[in-house]
Amino acid sequence: MSTSATEREPRTAGGPARRRVDLPSPLRHLLLAALALAAVAGLLLVTGDLTALRLAAVGYTMLAVAGLQLLVGGSGQVSLGHGAFMMIGAYTMALLVLRLPMLPLAGNLVAVVAVATVAGVAVGAATARLHGPYLAGATLILAVGLPGLTHRYHEVLGGSNGLTVRTAGAPPFLQGLVSGSEWKALVVWTAVVLGLAVLATVSTGRLGRRMRAVRDDETAAAMSGIPVGATKVTAFVVASAAGGLAGGLQVYVLGTATPSMFTLSLSLTLLAALVLGGIGSMWGALWAALAVVYLEIWLSDAVRAFELGKDVENNLPIVLFGVLLILVLRFQPLGLHGILQRLRALLRRAR
Amino acid sequence: MTTTATEHLLTAEGITVRFGGLTALDGVGLRVRPDGVTGLIGPNGAGKTTLFNVLSGILRPSAGTLTWKGGPPPGRRPHHLARAGIARTFQGLHLFPLMTVLDNVVAGADRLARGGPLSLVTGLGRHHRDERELRARALAALERFGVADTAHRLPGTLPYGVQKQVALARACVCDPELLLLDEPAGGLSGGQVDELAAQIRSLARDTAVVLVEHHMDLVMRVCDHIVVLDFGRVISAGTPDEVRADPAVTRAYLGTAGEGDAR
Repeated sequence: MSTSATEREPRTAGGPARRRVDLPSPLRHLLLAALALAAVAGLLLVTGDLTALRLAAVGYTMLAVAGLQLLVGGSGQVSLGHGAFMMIGAYTMALLVLRLPMLPLAGNLVAVVAVATVAGVAVGAATARLHGPYLAGATLILAVGLPGLTHRYHEVLGGSNGLTVRTAGAPPFLQGLVSGSEWKALVVWTAVVLGLAVLATVSTGRLGRRMRAVRDDETAAAMSGIPVGATKVTAFVVASAAGGLAGGLQVYVLGTATPSMFTLSLSLTLLAALVLGGIGSMWGALWAALAVVYLEIWLSDAVRAFELGKDVENNLPIVLFGVLLILVLRFQPLGLHGILQRLRALLRRAR
Repeated sequence: MTTTATEHLLTAEGITVRFGGLTALDGVGLRVRPDGVTGLIGPNGAGKTTLFNVLSGILRPSAGTLTWKGGPPPGRRPHHLARAGIARTFQGLHLFPLMTVLDNVVAGADRLARGGPLSLVTGLGRHHRDERELRARALAALERFGVADTAHRLPGTLPYGVQKQVALARACVCDPELLLLDEPAGGLSGGQVDELAAQIRSLARDTAVVLVEHHMDLVMRVCDHIVVLDFGRVISAGTPDEVRADPAVTRAYLGTAGEGDAR
């Protein structure tokens, strides 16, 4: 027992090993999810409506980035089309609300995940034999091409105006207690922490190990009895489902789905944010989401304060993002998460 | 040969591999008994690793048949053969560079997990028990090869000899029935080779071992049976003593005996 307790804490070599209760991984991650949700709820209590909406945005962005994390960091497949799966989720959500208004929200979200999963299977199976830049190219086509569908099927998908939906606010018995925005943020984060729990369970379990093995060395993975193709497709499907759910949640919050929300630059931003936040850790996805949401807001505020004009406001975030990305890659390849870990190590040593 | 095919773990017959105009293997046959060590030797470019790649499913032969336990092999992909009980090491080690040593070996034990696809994807059901068992097996394997203290290091940070032991542990962790070792002595010092010889003999008690090796001393010491390849053909086979005495082998290796005869 004592040996298993020590080996579970590889990083505390030298220090005393922390003992952890040996819970099954889905249960452990659900507990962590509940804690995270409680923390977000607490945060919502002390902040206003505007922050609630921004927190909701952080939530679904984090889910999307975490899905990409599993795909890129976990299985080593670089996708430039993650935004396309968000778009599939978003339009599925919007169409469900418009066409089947009797479905409850939870039902809609399950359906969104199902549709994104099917799309992930289709694309993943088709691209399973593609490596590195070729896979990136194929997914790039998806990101570029998919928004065009909204023009081709204008009647159903609403063209460049997209689809606008009304989603219900807080249930009657909670009205007065929580505002509509706060309720939406809570709903989003509930779905997000559940999604993150699934992603964490996958990536820390046997499937995640299979993915890492395939990422590191396909031949050796195969000779270890790991089905390489199936593992890559599975990673793609799980990431697509996470992206789809994130898109669905985005529509739930914003009440609209337009092609301009899901351009190639979204896919690129997600990938860049993942690297910036830190590949290889769920925390990286959180820092990434915070960066995506708040950098844009702070920059717009700054631009307005200095009266620099609309063009600057539109393009400055992406410039700063690029500069940050280059700096991070140059000085700390493990991203913001790597920087924080280094700081923590320094603090520990100082103590 | 008095033994029948069913007594062999693995039989390869008439294996031919062509890369464009080059015939790397030309009708090679190999029979592996369920116990003992078979050595596969031959000069550089004789086709030893190519034959390994065929046996482990990485390369599909242009012609020839493989028989696993008297029947057709359980699939043609490497992972099918691995799950059936064929493990191999690589000349270039092929450890998973970004995974810890322990994770490397746990990945090698993947086929021992008994949970189905649902438990694999959801982490429910047997998954938790599987993970615990796989981990325990991996630690035991690391212990067996004397590298348990490196469990949480990355392979790239370890000396080459230690990495080789990790690769062995990864191949052996799931008790394969057939173990293919590709140049296990390459890059090892004299003392390490002695240790390796003892390890191979000990492994051969529970599993069939096929060995590709240039280190003749090791081959002669550990092998029960030796097959000599040259230019993609089997030129000799037998016990170490028989092979050593075979003039065809001397000719292939030194190229002088034939000329000597002619003079």
